[in-house]
Amino acid sequence: MSLAIIEKEGLHLFVAELLRQKNTVVGVKDQSAVSSIPGDSGFYTYAPINSPGEMTLSFDVTLIPPKKYLLPAYEQLLTFNLSPGSIKADAPKEELIIFGVHPYDIIAINQMDKVFSAIPQDNHYLERRKRTTIIGIDPVKVAPRAFWSSMGADTVAGGFDLMLTDIGQCYVVDVGSKKGASLLKTAPRTREAAPAEVKERDKVRAEARKRCDANRLSFSYLELPSLLDGNEEHVIWEEKSHLCFSCGTCNLVCPTCYCFDVRDDVSIDLKKGSRYRTWDGCLLSDFARVAGGGNFRGHRADRYRHRFYRKGQFIYRRFGDIACVGCGRCSAQCPSDIADPVTVFNRLKEGI
Amino acid sequence: MGSPSPYLPGLATIMKIEEQTAMEKLFMVRPNDGKPLGHKPGQFVEVSVFGVGECPISVSSAPNKKTDFEICVRRAGNVTNALHNLKAGDVIGIRGPYGTHFPFEDLKGKDLLFVAGGLGIVPLRSFINYALERRRDYGRIIILFGARTPADRLFKAEIASLARRPDLEYLETVDVGDASWKGNVGVITTLFPKFTIDPKKTYAIMVGPPVMYRFAIAAARAKGLADDHIIVSLERKMKCGLGKCGHCQMGPVYVCQEGPVFNFAAIKNLEEALS
Repeated sequence: MSLAIIEKEGLHLFVAELLRQKNTVVGVKDQSAVSSIPGDSGFYTYAPINSPGEMTLSFDVTLIPPKKYLLPAYEQLLTFNLSPGSIKADAPKEELIIFGVHPYDIIAINQMDKVFSAIPQDNHYLERRKRTTIIGIDPVKVAPRAFWSSMGADTVAGGFDLMLTDIGQCYVVDVGSKKGASLLKTAPRTREAAPAEVKERDKVRAEARKRCDANRLSFSYLELPSLLDGNEEHVIWEEKSHLCFSCGTCNLVCPTCYCFDVRDDVSIDLKKGSRYRTWDGCLLSDFARVAGGGNFRGHRADRYRHRFYRKGQFIYRRFGDIACVGCGRCSAQCPSDIADPVTVFNRLKEGI
Repeated sequence: MGSPSPYLPGLATIMKIEEQTAMEKLFMVRPNDGKPLGHKPGQFVEVSVFGVGECPISVSSAPNKKTDFEICVRRAGNVTNALHNLKAGDVIGIRGPYGTHFPFEDLKGKDLLFVAGGLGIVPLRSFINYALERRRDYGRIIILFGARTPADRLFKAEIASLARRPDLEYLETVDVGDASWKGNVGVITTLFPKFTIDPKKTYAIMVGPPVMYRFAIAAARAKGLADDHIIVSLERKMKCGLGKCGHCQMGPVYVCQEGPVFNFAAIKNLEEALS
């Protein structure tokens, strides 16, 4: 499919049209613009927007990935009523457009799609996914801890409905689905991209990649599964995990972490209630604790190691994907700065 | 939802509750839709006490044509405590059966060495009773049962009748005896010197607490059993039973999907499997 162009002034009109058509449009907001805390450097966040002007597309990375809309931090699965003895599953009904998703986050969503589609399917996730339109945007700014260029996540071939690249005077648009194609028809001032504009897109992408290369793995990310083989007893796990608070922040902000807990809520009359799932994290001390009190990952170092193996090897062995996309959120948000995959993996590679 | 929710339990009624020990009760459960559970020995179900939550519990009865099945539950957490407070006629939720099962068909004609540590007898009972109902399909049957104290022994009456059967060998032990206990005292491996096996024909099927495996596997190996002749069932936290929630992950393996029953040879090199 050939690439399209949306003129800059056309984009606001396009977003206005999306807001008119669909239930919810989520875009990236710059929280530093609204922070009342003096000296707050702020952060970017995905949030519902009411007008095109609320949204920024030149963000480096958001604090929390867009997974929060596909696997909500709190998602009701069932409701029950014990009096008549009935129980029913809840289904998401809302149509959603997420506007402005970077390629690395789309790759993470593609991984979640694979996990939740694996038999037995998780229809709650799949239903929500089906109702979600993803409009991607190539990053121009690079977050200080990002290393997506060395995780093969600087561009993405699929998993989006539309993918935009800001080439200065306009956006080059790649259409990734029929849904994307029909949405694009509603955008004013579109046209086919000229070869020079396509070249410009490649240049913009290459420049961003180069900036991201400032922070990189010293080897190909495809070596990760074999690099981790035999490194289970490496001193780094014990050494770094001494500083781990077991707070689970790295899990919360990770776009490829999808583990959850299941809990019940009950009304005050003890008759009605709901079952919901909520994010959980393998760095939390009770994550692998069983009812009898045994804890199969009771040591901090074991939990810390598990996370890196899960990213670099376990998910690869199961689903064929490296479960780290180089967004750098974990390293940026870890209170004691021990979560950086670049530091850990490069150290393993050095063999010291 | 266009497709059914995999988290939606079927309603089931508790038909009978039998106290086993101070900590364990046996529940006979009947699915309200009248359909048999259709489980195989070694599989588990997710049991719901609505308003409290859900937890994985092994099915303890042998597969049969009846709709009722049994679960034996230790009072250990919120859901199991709530289960213990229920009475016959109360309604619970059941999802499943889930997971792998003991290779009861592949083991036809073989000698079976059951090694049950404490609550490990609960899933093993499903296979033991299945094998005893088809006694001629299997070779020798040796059952080793270890409990902490005489008071902790599950299925006492049933076991007493097992012990009297001439077509099986039954050995048991307690970690700590009392005045009434005349039998063996010591961990389960102290039973191993008391019998001989033909390691080529014999398969050990063990279920017990994590600490038991290391020693029981060593004892089985010392008897000449190859690693692929040792079958284990592993306990893990399983919130979903569908390979999604991540709690039971053991390397690239999800215990709720590829387990809980494993051939030891397949998992012996997996970090965290038996630690």
